[in-house]
Amino acid sequence: MTDTTSAPGATSLPGDVTASGSAVKTRKFPRPKGSAIVMGLYLLFLLLPIYWLLNMSLKTNTEILNEFTLWPRNLTLANYATILTDPAWYMGYVNSLIYVVMNTAISLAVALPAAYAFSRYHFMGDKHLFFWLLTNRMAPPAVFALPFFQLYSSVGLFDTHIAVALAHCLFNVPLAVWILEGFMRGVPKEIDETAYIDGYSFGAFFVKIFMPLIASGIGVAAFFCFMFSWVELLLSRTLTTVDAKPIAAIMTRTQGASGIDWGVLAAAGILTIVPGALVIYFVRNYIAKGFALGRV
Amino acid sequence: MEKTVNQKAWFLVLPVLVLVAFSAVIPLMTVVNYSVQDTFGQNQFFWAGLEWFEEMLRSDRMWDALGRQLMFSGIILAIEIPLGIFVALNMPKSGFWASFCLVLMSLPLLIPWNVVGTIWQIFGRVDIGLLGYTLDALGVNYNYTQDTIAAWITIIVMDVWHWTSLVALLAYAGLKSIPDAYYQAAKIDQASRWKVFRYIELPKMMGVLMIAILLRFMDSFMIYTEPFVVTGGGPGNATTLLSIDLVKMALGQFDLGPAAAFSLMYFLVILLISWVFYTVMVNLDKKGM
Repeated sequence: MTDTTSAPGATSLPGDVTASGSAVKTRKFPRPKGSAIVMGLYLLFLLLPIYWLLNMSLKTNTEILNEFTLWPRNLTLANYATILTDPAWYMGYVNSLIYVVMNTAISLAVALPAAYAFSRYHFMGDKHLFFWLLTNRMAPPAVFALPFFQLYSSVGLFDTHIAVALAHCLFNVPLAVWILEGFMRGVPKEIDETAYIDGYSFGAFFVKIFMPLIASGIGVAAFFCFMFSWVELLLSRTLTTVDAKPIAAIMTRTQGASGIDWGVLAAAGILTIVPGALVIYFVRNYIAKGFALGRV
Repeated sequence: MEKTVNQKAWFLVLPVLVLVAFSAVIPLMTVVNYSVQDTFGQNQFFWAGLEWFEEMLRSDRMWDALGRQLMFSGIILAIEIPLGIFVALNMPKSGFWASFCLVLMSLPLLIPWNVVGTIWQIFGRVDIGLLGYTLDALGVNYNYTQDTIAAWITIIVMDVWHWTSLVALLAYAGLKSIPDAYYQAAKIDQASRWKVFRYIELPKMMGVLMIAILLRFMDSFMIYTEPFVVTGGGPGNATTLLSIDLVKMALGQFDLGPAAAFSLMYFLVILLISWVFYTVMVNLDKKGM
């Protein structure tokens, strides 16, 4: 952190420190020959199926079924128009967004203090609790589908947004706790102590000083809660019928009497990719860390 | 970091405890309840002891599903881990192209799982999908709804497409943490590319690779949506993995007892792997300090 060259005593430093510093830059991890080709092929493999979906979403059904074209000959936005004007379709997006946002808010609100406790203190049963949380992140939704259905039916929450939001807490709360704990352990404890000496109460310290320090961690945790709730289908489909039905479940109903409406199905798929694609640039350096539960 | 003992910290974790207990413990107890009871309908239950567990352990159905599941997880790990490392080694180190690759590689990770299924369902169709059409034009007999092998290849390629980037991103993070001095030393010793990988990069990546392997194993072990959308578990039962079978049993046939016994045994396996995962994580944390 301190700039040694401007310090008065800096001239007495051995000269080779700076020399080796510049030599370091010449060789970071060496890349094999032809790496651009490898990456190109890999990215092509990743993008082709997505391109194909996009391609289909811009075609008419006649073109999809009758001609095999690599790009849309009669470019049409009719499929998107269908989705964005029909409440049965776009309410699916609204429903998904409502429960996803609810879930993210709940998860973060309860996970923040807990992650702080795990990162700063030892207390009775802390390790067991931390492990138990992890098992819930790993729990197969299939195991919980039926009991959730019965639990939320019996308390009268079936087919509500809050039911899905609470159900997704099963894996998102542990996820948020683990990710936030990973970020919080990087903040030196001296900051807490100094704040307490300066007379901050715990609440004031946490909100005014600590939360801004781990702002990026909160962002990453929020992103991952959002994402995992957004991509999950089994629980959200089991817990809803009409009022809170997510877009992912509505998509499966494109089979009509005249067969599947491929164009609309593709357009709906593309629209579900949009939220992730919009923010992906901002979290690009944290994707690995988020998936690895705050470690790495 | 030195932690201080403070029992009051319990108040901070209390909300999490209550919430997760509500969404995990209560449902799990329902499952335990069903697993030891039988019913004639009308909500009349009677004690069945361990009968369901014995029945499930004797039934071929669960063992077959478990066998398919282990085969699936084994194959995707065998492909994704080496491929992910290989991609990570080839990734640009920094600058615009690094960001470019990171963003595009992350894209499949953020697609809703049933849309992943839909993408490959369409992509593999002989009439309207690029992959199916191309294979058909090349004279390959490819039909993932009829042919077991084709169905398996489709769901495996789909999983490789979906998750290899995660392994690559984790391995990449591990590679970036290697100090340059290691490479300089290797250069002085005139180590070959393979030796650099074997003795510098691989040991330094071991921690993150363990995470990658365990994450991929866990997530593939409970995979449901993607193969369900593509094959629906078929043809026949060829791609009926554990979760698909369990949902069929519990929500399709409403066989509560056997399904609950199945669930609990499934969960025990998960618990075991979670423990390994946890141990790896804790060791990694210790090393990091």
